[in-house]
Parts: sequence; C-alpha cells; structure tokens
Amino acid sequence: MSFDRRNFIKTLGVAGITLMAADTFGTIKKDNKGNVEFYGMLYDSTRCVGCQTCETVCAESHGLPAPVGVPKSGVIRKTDELHRTVVNSFKTSKGDVFIKTQCMHCNEPACGAACLTKAMYKTKEGPVIWRGEKCMGCRYCMVSCPFDIPKFEYHSSNPKIQKCTMCNEKIEKGGIPACAENCPAEAIKFGTRRELLAEARKRIVQNPGTYVDEIYGDQTAGGTGFMYISPVPFKELGFSTKLQNKSYPELSKGFLYSVPSVFVLLPPLLLGIYEATKKNNSKESDENE
Amino acid sequence: MNNIISQKSNFKGSESTFKFILKELKPRGKFLTPFNIISVPVIVLGVIIIVFRFINGIGSVTNLSQEVPWGLWIGFDVVTGVAFAGGAYVLTFMVYILNVKKYHSIVRITVLNGFLAYVFYAGALLLDLGRPWNVINPIIGNSFGTSSVLFLVAWHFLLYMIAELIEFSPAIAEWLGAKRARKILSGMTIAAVIFGITLSTLHQSGLGALYLMAKDKIHPLWYSEFIPILFLVSSIFAGLSMVIFEGSISHKVFFNQISEKNHKAQNGIVLSLAKICAGAMFAYFFMQLLVFIHGKHWDLLNTPMGYWFLIEMLGFVVFPMLLFVYSYKRNNIFTVKLAAIITMIGIIINRLNVTVIGFRWDAPIHYFPSWMEFVVTLTVIFTEIWIFRWVVNRMPVLRESPDWVKDEK
Repeated sequence: MSFDRRNFIKTLGVAGITLMAADTFGTIKKDNKGNVEFYGMLYDSTRCVGCQTCETVCAESHGLPAPVGVPKSGVIRKTDELHRTVVNSFKTSKGDVFIKTQCMHCNEPACGAACLTKAMYKTKEGPVIWRGEKCMGCRYCMVSCPFDIPKFEYHSSNPKIQKCTMCNEKIEKGGIPACAENCPAEAIKFGTRRELLAEARKRIVQNPGTYVDEIYGDQTAGGTGFMYISPVPFKELGFSTKLQNKSYPELSKGFLYSVPSVFVLLPPLLLGIYEATKKNNSKESDENE
Repeated sequence: MNNIISQKSNFKGSESTFKFILKELKPRGKFLTPFNIISVPVIVLGVIIIVFRFINGIGSVTNLSQEVPWGLWIGFDVVTGVAFAGGAYVLTFMVYILNVKKYHSIVRITVLNGFLAYVFYAGALLLDLGRPWNVINPIIGNSFGTSSVLFLVAWHFLLYMIAELIEFSPAIAEWLGAKRARKILSGMTIAAVIFGITLSTLHQSGLGALYLMAKDKIHPLWYSEFIPILFLVSSIFAGLSMVIFEGSISHKVFFNQISEKNHKAQNGIVLSLAKICAGAMFAYFFMQLLVFIHGKHWDLLNTPMGYWFLIEMLGFVVFPMLLFVYSYKRNNIFTVKLAAIITMIGIIINRLNVTVIGFRWDAPIHYFPSWMEFVVTLTVIFTEIWIFRWVVNRMPVLRESPDWVKDEK
C-alpha cells in the first residue's frame, strides 16, 4: 500500500498543526508567554466630567433611543434594554465623581459559561457579544451575570438581549469603540488589557495623591476587560463589595467536572446491584420450590 | 372492562388499530365532575394568556424584571415540578435494581406520572423562552454550550423523557394489543432504568447547580456550594411524598380499576415509603445542618429571612420527618398522608426560597408573580392531570395487564 495508516496519521497531524497555527498566528496580539491578549478599556473617573457623550454616541451607533436623564448625585440610573451604558454621579469625600456603567467584558464571563447555545460569547479579541441566531431567550445569562448586565426585551415577540458589545463590529475592522473614540475628556482608553493595566499602574504611581491604589477589574470576577481607576475607594461609588475575585464560571466547574465520573461509575454499579439481587432472588425461589 | 381488554388483544392490522385509537380518544364517564368544572375554564383562560404572551412578549403577562429574570414558571413549574417527579427514579431503582417486588404494583403509575411531569414542566420551559424557535440549537449540534449547566439539564430532560417513555411503553403495547412490540419494549426496561437513574441523579442535582453562579443574588442561608447535593437528596422524599399523595387520590378516583390484592397491599406500601421518606429526610436535615454550621451564618438567624429559614427547616423538614416516624411506628395511614402533604409544601417552599423568594431578597422591589403567571401554571398542571386521567382510564396502568401478557410468561 502506498498510503498506509502511519502516513495517514502523519498527514492528519500535519494538517491539524497547520490549522492550529493559522488560528493562533492571526492578527491578535500576544504577550511574551504566548497568551492571547484581550482588548479592554480603562476608565479614569478623575477625568470624566459626566457630559454623557459616551451615552449619546453609544445609542446612535446601535440604533437605540437617546439617553434619558442626567447624572445626579443620589440618583442611580440603570442600564436597560434601551440604554447599554449610563453615567452616574456620586457624592464622595473628594467631591462629585462620575462612574460609567456597562458590560465589564470579563476574562471568563459568567454569561458565556451559562449560555447553552454559545449565543453569549467572548470573542478572541475580548468583547463579550450576543448572537441572536443562536439565543433561545432563556435568560440564564441574566441570572448568572454578577454585574446584572444582559437586559432582555420583555415586551417584544422577537426579544433580543441588549448589552454593550465593546463595538465588536468596529474592533474587527481595526476601529475602536464609539465611547472611547468620542470621549472629549479622554476618560476612556481603549487598548489591550495588558497595556491598560500598565497604564493604570503608571497613573496611580505617578499621582499617588490623585488615585486610590486599586484597579477595579484587575482581580474582580477573575479579571475584567473594562477596568476603573478612581480618586476614592470603589465602595463609595456604588460598586458591589460582595463580588469574589475568582471567576464566576469557577463556581459550577466542580459540578460539571463530576458529571463524566457519575456517568462512568453509576451505571456499572447499578448493573452490579441488579445482577446481585437477581441471583439472590432466583436462589430464594429455588429454595421455595 | 375485561371485555374491552380481551377485544383489544384480538386487534390485528394497522387499520383497525387506527379505528381503535380514534374510539379511545373519545371522553368517557361523566363530564360535569367538580374537577372538570374548575379545570376547563382555567385551561381556556390559560391558553388565551399563552397566545397573548407569544404576541406581545413575556413582559405582557409576567412580572419578571431585568433583576429577576426567572420567576414562577421556572421556580415552581420546572424546578419544583421535576423534584416531585423524582419518585419515578427512586421507585424504578427499588423495583428493578434492588428487586423489591413489593412496590411493583405502583411502578407504572409513578413512571407515567414522572413522564407526564417532565413533558409538561419541560413544556412550561418553552413558554418561558423568549426565542423558542431556537430551542433546537443546543440539541442539533450547531452550537453546543458544553460549559453550561443548563445545557446538561436540557439534554438530560430530553433523554430522561425517552427513558421514561421506554419504561412505560409496555403499557402502551398492552393497550394496543401489540404482543411482539411489548416483548421487545419490556426487554429494554432494565437498560432504560439504569440510564434513567443516572440521568436523574445528574439533573436533579443539576437544577440546583443552575444557581451556583448566582452566588451574590441568593440569600446566604439558601446559597451554598452544596445546593446540587441538597436538591438531589430532597428529590428522593419529594418524589416519594408525591407517590403517597397521588396514590391516595388514585385509589379513590380509579377505585374500580385496582385489583383486590393491590388494594390490600397499598397500606403496606405507603407505610414502607414513609420509612424511606423519614430516612432520606433525616439525611437531608443533617446535611442542611452541616451546611449551615459550615456557612457560619448564626447572625442571620435573627432576621426575618432567618425566621423563615427556621420555619422551613423545623416546620417542613423535621416535623414531617417525625410524623413519618410516628406513622410507621403506629401503622397510621392518615398521618403518613398528612406528613406527605406537609413535606410537599416544604419542598415547594424550599425550591421557591432558592429560586424566587431568596433570589434578590435584598432588592428594593420584590418580584411577585402576576395572576396570569398563576393561571398559566394551573393550566399546565390541569392539562397534565387530564392526560394522566385519559391514560389511566385506557391503558393497564393501575389495573392488571391483559391475560395474554401472563400467558406469555
């Protein structure tokens, strides 16, 4: 035979490696350890002036209605199915501070792990996006998201999940998200997560009086793509202090890992008991006869 | 009745089978029973609400919000309903795996009950889906979300329904007088039972595992990493309490279908089920106790939610457990039934505490189901009972199998 099994396997292997290589040597940036680098955004609340330009351009670029209301201390505006991002104002020990709310684009998103159709999906570039052709509208992503970001169109017969997608369609074409692009105060910076973390640390180190020594999103929920630096501790700014530093999918991993073992171990055990009791029974009936 | 059965076994050929099924589809017996008078208007209203929901969206009939995306339809219909359907896997385990012949007379009705529960409660899940036309996506394989607990649960529902249908199928074959089919189908029972028990173990616990990622949203007295195990253990006595409850009703409603022998055996069965319930409940309570001590939430006990937790644990776990013990010590059938009902209420409370009441307990606006959500839930339950009654009246579920089955043995 000219094309024996060994050769066939070899060919398969080569083909496989080529495919993998094509996958990993794409356009995505990598750090020196070879890890894929996600894009993210850094929000500097010392720079934000609460002008709501980000809210307006976000609504325009996704065909949603214009923002309602203005940031005011004591009033919490929430994102909903018509508003993917909002800016709120907080009275703090260092005066009014603005905070923008939107999807955090977690490194290991709970919504993505929850989704049984991979409609909620973290792309290789970093944005967590929603794909309508896969979604069955079960809203398990909403149950799971620790930041309560996915919003559901309850009053539609063809409902969609609305959430910030980091303007994924622009990123794919080499662009940057609308909010980061249009922020007049340069409070939102777009870049790879590694660059942004370095930038955030630099700003904190160079201006120790201006910032608290904490980057929100560095560790929270296993690390997020959207990160914050601020002049006051984050709990003054309405951030939940309950969130864990481990990623949320980690919580159901143990259960999911146990599934294969149950599937392998339980049926033979049941079969064994079945055989044992069957023999027992026939013996008994023999004795009775 | 015997007449009909012997007639049936004579049926041959597809045309007469078809005619036979047409004849069987017609309702039997009195129509103006209290159950019918209550259930028919509710079902009609429920269907109207369901149509309305598909035209105007889920928000038009439910009180669900962006903060509470899963309400009564998931928390009660699916999560609680499936716990009550757990009787089928427990009984098939005892009868087919442990070979305890005592429970054989109630296996069929329990499996039927379980099967219909899955069909209807998984069906209720469809009502809750915003984009139900995509429901085949996780099944046909164009997008497998294998990291999702819900993916596991969805697949298990589907496979378990098939397993239960196979377990029940000999009764259908006997009804149709299909001798060869019956032989093949009953040969598949053991495989279906083993497969079914494995699936049940995983998805009864899986329903609890669904909520593992909602760690910060569920009240700490009800959230722990052990929710899956607690759900699994409680499904044992939830299912058996349902068997006791359903059996006590069936024995009245379908009195003339049950043979003298099985009538006499019923009390013995109920008492030994009470024993198993008490054992499982003790294990469950002990686990809850360990989880509570492990969680170090002593301070939370002295809050309204803490009192509610104590009521659930003491009033609806410990109390019915003691009542079960008392019943089998004193051979008291009435207190078994009472304990079963209290246990079932306790299971409803427990499942709702995890999924609805304790979910976002700290939110400023609490979710409370709309009247339409209640009507749709009742519609699902009533429709299931209609089908259940239809099947029991026609197939050998409670009554003895036709004579040709015994002849073959």
